[in-house]
Amino acid sequence: MKALAAFFRTSVGKKLVMAVTGLLLYGFVVVHLIGNMQIFIGRETLNGYAHFLKSEPFILWGARLGLLTIVCLHIVTAISLSASNRRARGATSYDNPSHNGSTLASRIMLASGLVILFFIVFHLLHLTVGVIFPDHSALKDDKGHHDVYGMVVKGFQIWWVVGLYVVSMVLLGFHLSHGLQALFQSLGLKNSKYSSLIDKLALVGWVAIFAGNCAIPVSILLGLVK
Amino acid sequence: MKFTLKIWRQSGPEKSGHFETYEAHDIQAEMSFLEMLDVLNEQITISGGQPVNFDSDCREGICGMCSLVVNGIPHGGQKGTTVCQLHMRSFADGQTITIEPWRAKAFPVLKDLVVDRSAFDRIIQSGGYISVNTGGAPDANALPISKDQAEMAFDAAACIGCGACVAACKNSSAMLFAGAKVTHLNTLPQGHPEKYSRAVSIVVSMDKEGFGACTVTGACAAVCPKEIPLDVISKLNRDYAVGILKGVSA
Repeated sequence: MKALAAFFRTSVGKKLVMAVTGLLLYGFVVVHLIGNMQIFIGRETLNGYAHFLKSEPFILWGARLGLLTIVCLHIVTAISLSASNRRARGATSYDNPSHNGSTLASRIMLASGLVILFFIVFHLLHLTVGVIFPDHSALKDDKGHHDVYGMVVKGFQIWWVVGLYVVSMVLLGFHLSHGLQALFQSLGLKNSKYSSLIDKLALVGWVAIFAGNCAIPVSILLGLVK
Repeated sequence: MKFTLKIWRQSGPEKSGHFETYEAHDIQAEMSFLEMLDVLNEQITISGGQPVNFDSDCREGICGMCSLVVNGIPHGGQKGTTVCQLHMRSFADGQTITIEPWRAKAFPVLKDLVVDRSAFDRIIQSGGYISVNTGGAPDANALPISKDQAEMAFDAAACIGCGACVAACKNSSAMLFAGAKVTHLNTLPQGHPEKYSRAVSIVVSMDKEGFGACTVTGACAAVCPKEIPLDVISKLNRDYAVGILKGVSA
């Protein structure tokens, strides 16, 4: 416990907190995507999956609270690090600063993170709480279960919703591609031997997550999934 | 060659600075960047002005004293060299060149282009050493060290502590410097007894000096005149994490 508290006291410790929570959230994004891919199998499969997730309130709320804790830790630590990084920079900036070979993704982590936070709130209000389109969320299927499939299809037939999701996924891609490389570095697992492998993994992960997450709203908008 | 120079002038640590523009004449292409500034200072002195203050010592790229940001890039952007090894032939005749000091809260400007880098000395004092009983020098081969380890330690030990990594980092992080010291000492058997306390102490000291955290942009390694790789930061992170889990404190 004492050791864990020590991690929150130094910059390197906070980066480790960012890395561990980031890895867990990356894992959630992957599992979430795999689960949602069942929309391409059909209405019954997706609704059955949604029903299964909600069948055990203890597990459901345990998972939700766990995720909320991880997200909060990630955000609070990020704010603390960003603030001290800004202080470290000092008052005067360079006349014409160079990026010195850094990638765009690595420089906009705070901005991309904020877009993702806004997106998560919208996404929850849209498809979990159901306050944005209450009539979509009220749909029931043949078994009398909540018709998740119908709700998703109706929601993504609206062009601006699809636009918002796709733009958010671009930023999520930026965030995760740099995040995966950086977390291995923060955990001290990156060296010249594994570096190129980790960079490739980050690229493959980014493309797969972007393509997979965009496939759902875009194929609905194009009428491929009805 | 002729150049228009936009140089940061600041009369003292607490004073506010500003850019001043100078025309440098009679510059030869073979001159180093610092020799060009020497010529400019002669011209300024003759015309009765205050010469531009800047740090320099060995002028052969090994002491880590010169510290100029040229056109927004620490050491001027020529790969693997300090600014004293940058020659005027790398610039176009008549070009405008912006010259600034390292900018970081932990490196306050003392005068013009001279910054106070004693924060690095205090980081070294916190853990950049090994504790040994001195005596007769041991035989060179008495302590076998594998080639890979020796090379990793040598590469890290190439760090001259100039601070370009801090100057280039958007967070003014000193992680490349600290990582180089930790990798250099922790890779070798002589550094092993204090491996974890060294990593923890250096991190605590770095935070105390007001350096930022690493966001792995890679800007530090890109400008490093000794081309220290990002791996050293990973090594520092690992030794710090293991140290904390072992209950080591600063």
